[in-house]
Amino acid sequence: MKILRIFIIKEFIQFFRDPKMFRVVLIAPVIQLVFLGYAANRDILNADTAVLNLDRSASSREYIRSVEESGYFSVKNYPGSYEELKELIDDGTVFVGIVIPDNFESNINNRRTADIQLILDGSDGNKASIAAGYIQNITATFSKNLSLDYLQSSGVKVNLVSTIQPEARVWYNPNLSTRNFFLPSIVGLILIIITINMTSLAIVKEREIGTLEQLIVTPIKPYQMILGKLIPFSIIGFVAVILVLSVMRFWFGIEIKGSIPFLFLCTFVFMLSTLGLGLFVSTVSRTQQQAMITSAFLVMMPMIFLSGFSFPIENMPQIIQYITYIIPLKYFIIIIRGIVIKGLGFDNLWKELTILFFMGVVILTISSMRFNKRLE
Amino acid sequence: MNSIEVKNLSKVFGNFISVNNISFEVKEGEVFGFLGSNGAGKSTTIKMLCGILEPTSGDALVGGYSIATQPDEVKKNIGYMSQKFSLYNDLTVNENINFFGGVYGLENKLLKDRKKWVLEISGLEGREDTLTSSLSVGFKQRLALGCAVIHEPKIIFLDEPTGGVDPISRRKFWDLITDLSDKGTTVFVTTHYLDEAEFCGRIILIDAGILIAAGSPKELKKEYIKNKVIQLDCSDIYKAAEILEKENITDSISIFGNSLHLTMKEQIRSLNELEDDEIKIITDLLSNDNDLKIYHISEISPSLEDVFLYLVEKKTADEE
Repeated sequence: MKILRIFIIKEFIQFFRDPKMFRVVLIAPVIQLVFLGYAANRDILNADTAVLNLDRSASSREYIRSVEESGYFSVKNYPGSYEELKELIDDGTVFVGIVIPDNFESNINNRRTADIQLILDGSDGNKASIAAGYIQNITATFSKNLSLDYLQSSGVKVNLVSTIQPEARVWYNPNLSTRNFFLPSIVGLILIIITINMTSLAIVKEREIGTLEQLIVTPIKPYQMILGKLIPFSIIGFVAVILVLSVMRFWFGIEIKGSIPFLFLCTFVFMLSTLGLGLFVSTVSRTQQQAMITSAFLVMMPMIFLSGFSFPIENMPQIIQYITYIIPLKYFIIIIRGIVIKGLGFDNLWKELTILFFMGVVILTISSMRFNKRLE
Repeated sequence: MNSIEVKNLSKVFGNFISVNNISFEVKEGEVFGFLGSNGAGKSTTIKMLCGILEPTSGDALVGGYSIATQPDEVKKNIGYMSQKFSLYNDLTVNENINFFGGVYGLENKLLKDRKKWVLEISGLEGREDTLTSSLSVGFKQRLALGCAVIHEPKIIFLDEPTGGVDPISRRKFWDLITDLSDKGTTVFVTTHYLDEAEFCGRIILIDAGILIAAGSPKELKKEYIKNKVIQLDCSDIYKAAEILEKENITDSISIFGNSLHLTMKEQIRSLNELEDDEIKIITDLLSNDNDLKIYHISEISPSLEDVFLYLVEKKTADEE
């Protein structure tokens, strides 16, 4: 126990001695969170729009107004020709292009179907489909009003028109804000960076400068060395998590709906896997560069891409979906989104938590076994 | 009493035999030199003796404990220092001493006393709060030694402890080693510097994992170097070397500072019973040249370097 304490004290002295490390570990996550908080915003609000109005009629102006009033689009340009519109979209000035053909009003007046053309910048497919959805809604409402006006003007009483109006209620995240969805999972990302990177680097550094060899000839037991490395970094990880959660809560105003102690418990369970992976990386790396590259490409990248952090798992091919089952971050993201956004507790999340726990135990055991006290 | 007993120790990596069935003993309180060229198996042997590497076969008793079955007991009784001077560069002198002292279970008064001792031998009194990274190599080396023996082990292993250290620091370091040995500590040291090996009570030489010679430096020289080595000081050593090279009397002529070292051929000695004859032959040869003045000429004892080169060459020749 005494040896372990001495080891942990040493680790903290080293951590605080290096101001660079300190900044990287505790300040970088906060900055990262703030940036991502603003950048990871897939909501379409005031999308820049250009309208090529070939009709120049009262009806077309009415339609444009309803598009603008929705709040999702802001009409910035009125190009004079199709070529001009094409250029605006090409160079990224606008995201949405609407073309109203010259027969728009006459078609309406003659009770024929009037077409409009919608051009979307599909480079961000997700955003484009959301925009298309909004335009469809706006257009449907517009044409419904047209038919009601027509019926009324032709003397039909329309008190009893039976229409079905779906009243959508979005639970948990009523504004459908992507920020609320993204920020909690950043906690997982930051934990991965801190625990996997720092643990592996700290161990490999000792191997590089030869102190690991020196420690091996002392009576320190391998488990004391492992704990001596893992405990300080899990404490530092926790501090980073608390910082990130505070920024999320007090800067971005995202409330944590579930229990905070339960969140910490889950964080701890998740850390078993990440610390274990850090330990594993240290056993396969001889230099700090190797450790960096191994943890970045073999561990962190797959974690980020296959965990559902950046792409929804449901959209992945079946075979890749199977792979995601072995990604610990996947479960932690489900858990933390559940706790922060939905306010879920153990009743709903026990399955993910149990999987995470066993993964952590297995990874830590394998890594500790590899971290053999005898250097080869 | 023997403090290290090595019996038929071998280490094989894949199909490479790093250490091939070596046996030797080290007496208590002895400074024991372990010599060999790079890759000869020195570090592998020292790592096995410290319990870092498991032997493939054979065993060794270190301080009475088996390295194969009681590595933990071995570790409590030894100190180890490598050429890397494995200290934490981002810790201060004081923090390094506290850490290594703590790891060996020292506390309170004992830790305080030992810390004082370490600071004293490393000459770092008053610089306790200096970062280790800003110390010069010589200080680092002595601090590393101090940390390695903070628990007063009976046996210390030094793996090329003087690499990259200036001559004055090397000398100070060897004074420390001699002190430790005088107090009864067994010192097991590997080195490249053959002049350092002269400080050792006994040495062994290994090459390609095989033990090729053992004994005190004196014994080794006597046993293996039969040729006479003559040192010559004269007014023009280059000219002298030119003259002597023409005659078939030397194995080699080398320049050491302002003088020449002449390794004489063996047969000259066997033909002439009188010792002074070689000196006479050389003096005669050189006196033919009027410009050349001999200041001093005498027989000197061969260095360990001569022994080492002789043995390695002989082994290579035998194998062919």
